[in-house]
Amino acid sequence: MRLVIAAQNISTFSEPWWKVFYDFSLLTKNIDTGLHNAMSPFWTTVTEMLIIGVLILLFYALVGLFLVYAERKVCAFMQNRLGPNRVGPFGIFQTIADLIKLLLVELIPIKKADKFLFNLAPFIVIIASFMAIAAIPFANGLHAIDLNIGVLYVIAVSAMGVIGVLLAGWSSNNKYSLIGAMRSGAQIVSYELSVGLALITVVILAGTMQFSEIVEAQRTGWFIFKGHIPAFIAFIIFLISSTAETNRGPFDLAEAESELTAGYHTEYSGIKFAFFFLAEYMNMFIVASIAATVFLGGWMPFHVGHWDGFNSVMDYIPPFIWYIGKTFFVIFLMMWFKWTFPRLRIDQLLTLEWKYLLPINLVNVLVMAFVVLMGWHF
Amino acid sequence: MEEQVKTTGINEQEEYVINMGPQHPSTHGVLRLVVSLKGEIVKNVEPHVGYIHRGIEKMCESITYPQIIHLTDRMDYLSAHINNEAVCLNVEKALEIEIPDRVKVIRTIMAELTRIQSHQLFWATFGMDLGGLTCFFYGLRDRERILDIWEETCGSRMIVSYSCPGGLMYDIHPNFQKRVKDFIKYFRKTLPEYDQLLTGNVIFRERTMGIGKLSLEDAVSFGVTGPVGRAAGFSCDVRKYEPYSAYDRVKFNEVLFTEGDTYHRYLVRMEEMRESMNIIDQLIDNIPEGQYAVKMKPVIKLPEGEYYQRVETARGELGVYIVSDGNKNPFRIKFRSPNFVNLAALNMMSKGFKIADLVAISGSLDLIIPDIDR
Repeated sequence: MRLVIAAQNISTFSEPWWKVFYDFSLLTKNIDTGLHNAMSPFWTTVTEMLIIGVLILLFYALVGLFLVYAERKVCAFMQNRLGPNRVGPFGIFQTIADLIKLLLVELIPIKKADKFLFNLAPFIVIIASFMAIAAIPFANGLHAIDLNIGVLYVIAVSAMGVIGVLLAGWSSNNKYSLIGAMRSGAQIVSYELSVGLALITVVILAGTMQFSEIVEAQRTGWFIFKGHIPAFIAFIIFLISSTAETNRGPFDLAEAESELTAGYHTEYSGIKFAFFFLAEYMNMFIVASIAATVFLGGWMPFHVGHWDGFNSVMDYIPPFIWYIGKTFFVIFLMMWFKWTFPRLRIDQLLTLEWKYLLPINLVNVLVMAFVVLMGWHF
Repeated sequence: MEEQVKTTGINEQEEYVINMGPQHPSTHGVLRLVVSLKGEIVKNVEPHVGYIHRGIEKMCESITYPQIIHLTDRMDYLSAHINNEAVCLNVEKALEIEIPDRVKVIRTIMAELTRIQSHQLFWATFGMDLGGLTCFFYGLRDRERILDIWEETCGSRMIVSYSCPGGLMYDIHPNFQKRVKDFIKYFRKTLPEYDQLLTGNVIFRERTMGIGKLSLEDAVSFGVTGPVGRAAGFSCDVRKYEPYSAYDRVKFNEVLFTEGDTYHRYLVRMEEMRESMNIIDQLIDNIPEGQYAVKMKPVIKLPEGEYYQRVETARGELGVYIVSDGNKNPFRIKFRSPNFVNLAALNMMSKGFKIADLVAISGSLDLIIPDIDR
């Protein structure tokens, strides 16, 4: 009975139904008020959390599957070959077939491994990436939580993944794993600084840490254009250091295949390995969407000065498409690095961070503060 | 336990010892490196060989000379033709047979094609060792073209067994000259791509320059040959100093550097591909007419005595030493394989560098494990 009332409430849109693609807050507000009318506030919150949880989980799985496929196709394109093309049209079901295989694979128990930590590690890695996705605005009015310290939250949560990596390396009772985990620890802790400082540069420009307001502030122009050279430098640094933070591309020292076989997840098999694998891709998706949100205007359409005709055409493309397009552009850039560059050595990696990126970043933050104080940005 | 510590020279209690191999992505086969580390830094590397020992030298004692050819393919499978040639030259020298010019020229062209495809595969796997997986596909893409030429002429793509005592198995395919010329034209265009992808890359240069230095004195005292020796300034090209086949009638430069680091070992091979193309250019239009093999007795018996022949494979100097007691099979045969000797220098070169450097250094030695173990 109550649910029927809720459903009736949801269906009473004040605007045409397709408007919802341009402003998801219409839909979410309707659901919210509908549920409030139907149940007590407590149960409303519980139901909403459940809905959001299931939706994000679905989104997470879908994006993960697609990214694995996309990476294989992109790398095939770079390497002059076809990539997966057998399962389904253009091989789009290849990752699903792989996933089924991974689910059926035996989980090999490791002798003398620390069983509890060994089993815990993949969950920590995947939960860290799952939590980070909550704060990202996918479209106008479509995000799980709009924290007023969104940027800080994402930095804090994404750093948690390293605990899982370290635990995995330690508990596997494998020498390669331990070296990989230690490398990963040094790497993530260092590059965390650059990621944070690059984001702070933009926070200074935006004057807020809330993602929705950062996106809103880019209505008149994306920060990468608005913030002059400092914002551009911050974008480049963010791209490099976030690639390093996700253990990818030329910075994949933690799992350096030719040196450490598979690094920290050498001993994992089956679905536990799949968790690490999925978390890697999701971390890439998260940093790419943060780059898109913070530097490239999030779901804001591309506008050029006073070209009103062009701007209104751009407005017709739904915000969600803009967001996905920008995110996948950044992801493509990251895949491009990965498949063209050789890997760095650990000391070169740390030199790059501590001797080059960090000083540049610190100066960059000061320059940005100066630019904002003088009002030189657009 | 006590005894083991003594023999390996590695104290397991104090050092972090890892086994690279026998199954490891960067050893390109079943080489086992016992590496003792201090953190990331390599303290000692001890190669353990023998995981793919097939007793080729012993097997050769019970088979005839034409049969030995087919076993030599399986030593250094990337220099298969050059290995064949070494045994053939040695048998021909022992029998004092005059070989037709046509055979000499074709053998030389084949040997240089072998060198090019070997260095292409080196480039491919070296890039992969350093983490640039894309190199692998580009290297193999170009190598396929040489294998296709071989398939047409020799009937086999890698383990060619094309030479036999007295000449060649069969004459070249009518398309051979045209296809080789097409390949040279194509590869002159694609070789700069290799440089764009790897040689000029900042990360690659940082990873290889000054890593794993080998001085000239050490190179000579270890007996290191081939591109590894020439990168250190050790002029050791057998093609120059003891020309065999048609090398005395072509002009080419011996690629020499003095730095002796990983980067220059890589550069030597890149330059050698260019030199090999020059050699083929000079010969491909001038293949003399004539017999592709001289008539040999059905059973080849070498006169009593000791015979030695050395050739330059893609990896260094291969020596074939035959002791004959006048029978149809050798009394003893010994191969001086370049990889085994080059591997000996690995420990000295990689001490004090990082694990990642060890992979780069062993990659730059371009080791073929079946050639080490035989």
